[in-house]
Amino acid sequence: MQYQPLWLTLQLAFITTGCLLVIGIPIAAWLAHSKFKLKPAVEAIISLPLVLPPSVLGFYLLLAFSPASGLGKFLNDVLGIRLVFSFTGLVISSIIYSLPFMVHPVQSGLEALPGSIREASQTLGKSSWQTFIHVLLPNIKPALFTGIVLSFAHTLGEFGLVLMIGGNIPGVTKVASIAIYDEVESLNFKAAHMYAAILLAMSFCILVAVYVVNKHLTRNRLTA
Amino acid sequence: MIKINICKKLHLPQGNGELRIDTEIHSQSFTALYGPSGAGKTSLLRIMAGLLKPERGIIEVNGQTWLNTDKKIDLSPQKRNIGFVFQDYALFSNMTVAENLRYALPSHQSPARVEELMTTMNLQAWANLKPDVLSGGQKQRVALARALVRQPEVLLLDEPLSALDDATRSQLQQELLKVYQQYNLTTLLVSHHLPEVFKLATHVIKIEQGQLLQSGTAAQVFGWQPQDEGFYLTGEVVSVEAYSLKILVQQQLMEIKHSSQTENLKVGDKVSLQATDLLLHKLS
Repeated sequence: MQYQPLWLTLQLAFITTGCLLVIGIPIAAWLAHSKFKLKPAVEAIISLPLVLPPSVLGFYLLLAFSPASGLGKFLNDVLGIRLVFSFTGLVISSIIYSLPFMVHPVQSGLEALPGSIREASQTLGKSSWQTFIHVLLPNIKPALFTGIVLSFAHTLGEFGLVLMIGGNIPGVTKVASIAIYDEVESLNFKAAHMYAAILLAMSFCILVAVYVVNKHLTRNRLTA
Repeated sequence: MIKINICKKLHLPQGNGELRIDTEIHSQSFTALYGPSGAGKTSLLRIMAGLLKPERGIIEVNGQTWLNTDKKIDLSPQKRNIGFVFQDYALFSNMTVAENLRYALPSHQSPARVEELMTTMNLQAWANLKPDVLSGGQKQRVALARALVRQPEVLLLDEPLSALDDATRSQLQQELLKVYQQYNLTTLLVSHHLPEVFKLATHVIKIEQGQLLQSGTAAQVFGWQPQDEGFYLTGEVVSVEAYSLKILVQQQLMEIKHSSQTENLKVGDKVSLQATDLLLHKLS
């Protein structure tokens, strides 16, 4: 068994989660407070990865990222970025794939806060940004934590999408889930067992952490 | 002086209606917006705060225009120098009591203001507690102190005491009076609690179905002229029987024998009681 696929999986999960924090929180905030008429359509697009088979999403992204398409050609020729069969391509497709896992909990958390909290901060002279950073976000810590952990765990378990976009290049796109598939194909069950057990243990620990930390965060609301 | 002339479509319990208010409020007065639920009192207060946009209107506070829809002026809540106290307290659960007050402190103001308010409102004992462990009355004292940190020009109170029991309510009414007298703030209170309005307000604006019905002192609005002597109580008719009338006064039931004065009264009517010949007996 090699450790490289596991290391690559963790790298992918950390980078994807970090990017999702930056992208997902503003989208969630906009969805929570917007009265835009086409909001349901935007929500549906963000939620598509929840219902689409990963291979369908992977297929369309593969077509879009391919140098034969306009976008892929532009990225390749003008910016010198190749997204197909590269780690960068994996990160971008993982962000799209795990977006609902960050956006949904954060949006629900924000929508559940009483409107008077936001209004109180405004009447105290605080800007929307100050209100968001100092009042709204700290009051949805459990939702934020759930979003972070679910995005991370979901990225760990990606398979179909990674296979479509990244293929199976050792050290570049061969993550743990692909390595398991690869080892089983080669009838190397011992190595497959090791990868599978490590992924299982990691996923279990992450979920236990979610419940423990959320309980702690809820209890902390009552004490200084 | 506050000049208000606004028009806003409302979704009232009786169907769609319009809030149409044209009035003036004296500086440093304690004005109660009185009326039944759904009359538009809270909407008016929220329009004052900039939290609700009217279709048309003008609001001028001490010569400064806060809202003028014709001139497209509409100051954001941040730019209107107000203190707003919400019915549900709206305290920030992630901050302690002291942090809630410090958050409200503008950068140019001295932190001594927070200490002063903590002392005035007797909050020191809870300074390091999170709001979620406080009782309703304690929370509202913190919310009131927080609203005062900015040294607002106008204090807006949206039924701040309606969720409290009678004893706490009475205690907080005293606190409100103390704050009003100490800081001389122009105060607007939304309330449909008659004794509270009599106790606190120097001026009353009575609103029903979005329209201003009357404005003046509590005595003028509720049609009651105080005499030089005697005592006065206000209450609500709870039962009208053949020869007697039961009136709820400050949570106590009083029975009055039927007379020609009481013939037109029905259950739910607000009444004032006045007696001039008092008989006093020492009890102990």
